[in-house]
Amino acid sequence: MKSITRRSFLATGAAAAGVTATQGFFPAVLRAQSDPIRIGFPLPLTGPFAALAADQQRGAQLAQDELNAKGGIMGRKVEVLFRDDQLKPAVGAQRTKELIENEKVQFVVGGLAAHVQMAINEQTKKSKVLFISVSQSDEISAKPDTSPITFHEALNPTITSRVMGKWTCDNLGKKWWIIYADYAWGKQNNMVLADTLKANGGTLLGSTPYPLGSAEFSAHLPKIQAAKPDVLMSVTPGADNIAFLKQARSFGMDKQMKLAQPLVWISYLKEGGPELYQDVYGATNWYWELQDSIPTAKKYVEASMKKFNMPPGDYGAYAYSAVLEVARGVELAKSTDSFAVADALRKSPTYDHFKGKQWWRTCDNKSFQDLWIMKGRGPGKTKGEWGLVDIVARVPADEKYDRTCAEKGFA
Amino acid sequence: MDLAAVLPQVFTGLVLGMIFVLLAIGLSLIFGLMTVVNFAHGSLYMLGAYFTVFLLAYTKSFWVALVVAPILVGGLGFAIERLLIRRLYGRGPDDPLLLTFGLSLVLIETAKLIWGKIGLTLDPPRALAGAVDLGFMAFPLYRLFVIAVTIVVLIGLWAFVNRTNVGLIIRAGSRDPLMVRALGVDLNRIWLLVFGVGCGLAGLAGALAGPMRGAYADMGVTMIIESFVVVVVGGMGSLLGAVVAGIMMGQVVGLTTLFAPKLAEIMVFVVMAVVLLIRPSGIFGEAGLAE
Repeated sequence: MKSITRRSFLATGAAAAGVTATQGFFPAVLRAQSDPIRIGFPLPLTGPFAALAADQQRGAQLAQDELNAKGGIMGRKVEVLFRDDQLKPAVGAQRTKELIENEKVQFVVGGLAAHVQMAINEQTKKSKVLFISVSQSDEISAKPDTSPITFHEALNPTITSRVMGKWTCDNLGKKWWIIYADYAWGKQNNMVLADTLKANGGTLLGSTPYPLGSAEFSAHLPKIQAAKPDVLMSVTPGADNIAFLKQARSFGMDKQMKLAQPLVWISYLKEGGPELYQDVYGATNWYWELQDSIPTAKKYVEASMKKFNMPPGDYGAYAYSAVLEVARGVELAKSTDSFAVADALRKSPTYDHFKGKQWWRTCDNKSFQDLWIMKGRGPGKTKGEWGLVDIVARVPADEKYDRTCAEKGFA
Repeated sequence: MDLAAVLPQVFTGLVLGMIFVLLAIGLSLIFGLMTVVNFAHGSLYMLGAYFTVFLLAYTKSFWVALVVAPILVGGLGFAIERLLIRRLYGRGPDDPLLLTFGLSLVLIETAKLIWGKIGLTLDPPRALAGAVDLGFMAFPLYRLFVIAVTIVVLIGLWAFVNRTNVGLIIRAGSRDPLMVRALGVDLNRIWLLVFGVGCGLAGLAGALAGPMRGAYADMGVTMIIESFVVVVVGGMGSLLGAVVAGIMMGQVVGLTTLFAPKLAEIMVFVVMAVVLLIRPSGIFGEAGLAE
């Protein structure tokens, strides 16, 4: 009898553990007042992109607070609902479906991996809900995946890798090795980087895929060392970036070649520390020290310092901007109808929330924005806790960096 | 492909293999004596890495952390055996398997609650930072250290199992537990010890892997699968098999990465399939045992 009790206890415990593991813990944010405008926000709060997701969450919260402090959107309160997509496309689609059907969100902002945001987009298209994607992907703003109610706030691999690739060719060297995460975003970057290198007269010595979420890179490194490239271009997103740089440095590769990557992320700069990122080059959509030159940036950084005691990061900035764009669209359209909001945004495509002028290209709903090339400052040269990189170049927004409307399938 | 390209790959593969060996030998030890498939092994590996980060922050000494972290994990292993697994003896291998599987989920979620969902990084100690020139390549000193520690631990373990009285009982217990009991030996204490030591080895693997790979809650999830593959290929319960198969799998990953990086993960399972077709109980496995 005793053992049966224990067994049923264990079974209940295991079931409970399973439920918390799959569903996560989310407080109900329901409030009994005039129906608020609700924005669903799926993002990978667990997994190798967790630090970036936390940044996004802060950015969206900041936008929500700012909007509500101003009296909401059309007098209605704004609520952003976050859900963990675990960096899995199927989970992302499921969470999005739940947000739309159960939580009745009118809009969806979010996604932090190329493959997951495609799954989210499939769901929002099906439910006819406006979606602003806030992470990198080439397909999200191209046919056949995009739609009139799919917007893309973030940079994409084409823009980032064309800009960073060209700059690297001009400034660091023309003999490269590329190592890239073997999934949508990594493959897209690898392709664009290789094309850009070729167009600039450079030589690609080799290109190595590795599975996303790896913690072990050592088996890839001797081959790269033997090839002696000028530049090791690493497309290693999220936590992989730290593991990769650490192991490359432990093999002494930082002394043999320049280390560059399409993107650097402040979340991982902070976690990895100045020593790890010393003299590592990469592009970014946003860095808080821009407040020295851009007045709206100063306001944004101060708000973030006040609420979170840390400056906003790159992916947080995408989320912040996208939530504000939903609000702007609703105000312009005077409606929460997704198609009306989308039309309104295309009709007045220019906006400037925190880092200078941005605009939506009307053919593909793609946002165009400035980007910056950064270099790790290294120990002893950092400014405060978060001043980890130097801005070495500003690249003004230009539609020529992306594929043309025709190339993306818009006749 | 010339030797100059293959030799560095063999060396990097050796380090990968050493981590597999430490994990697999603990699994194999526990299975061989207790027929318990310890699914929580990957989570204990993860805890080894986290404990090292934690101890490093408090004691400021990597060496203290490297010794204490596996002991703490081993201690947790004692508690798991004494409080949970012991109650399931005599119920067949499925119940402990389910129990440890559930336990691994609990440990992973607990780690997320305590240390957060974002991974932590830790650096090798100053004395082991940098690379040494091996003639054919510059190899990270810390990775050489991992090889050395593993070899020392394996020699110690071999001596313990083959040269001590307790080791004699362990070997006898894995052959015929009933007869050992009939001779008046308290096998419960031996099982407790073996489970604790096995878990401690997982903790050591985590502590050694931490400075290379960082610490994060899910770090044991893929490792446990690959370690099971190593145990199965080596032969369930065979310590020598775990060592040989662990090193072999490290080489399979290392060399496949050199020629076809996309296939590196799959090759491990291909090798397992081939070995099992030729020798259903693994390279050093006894026929009839867990085929």
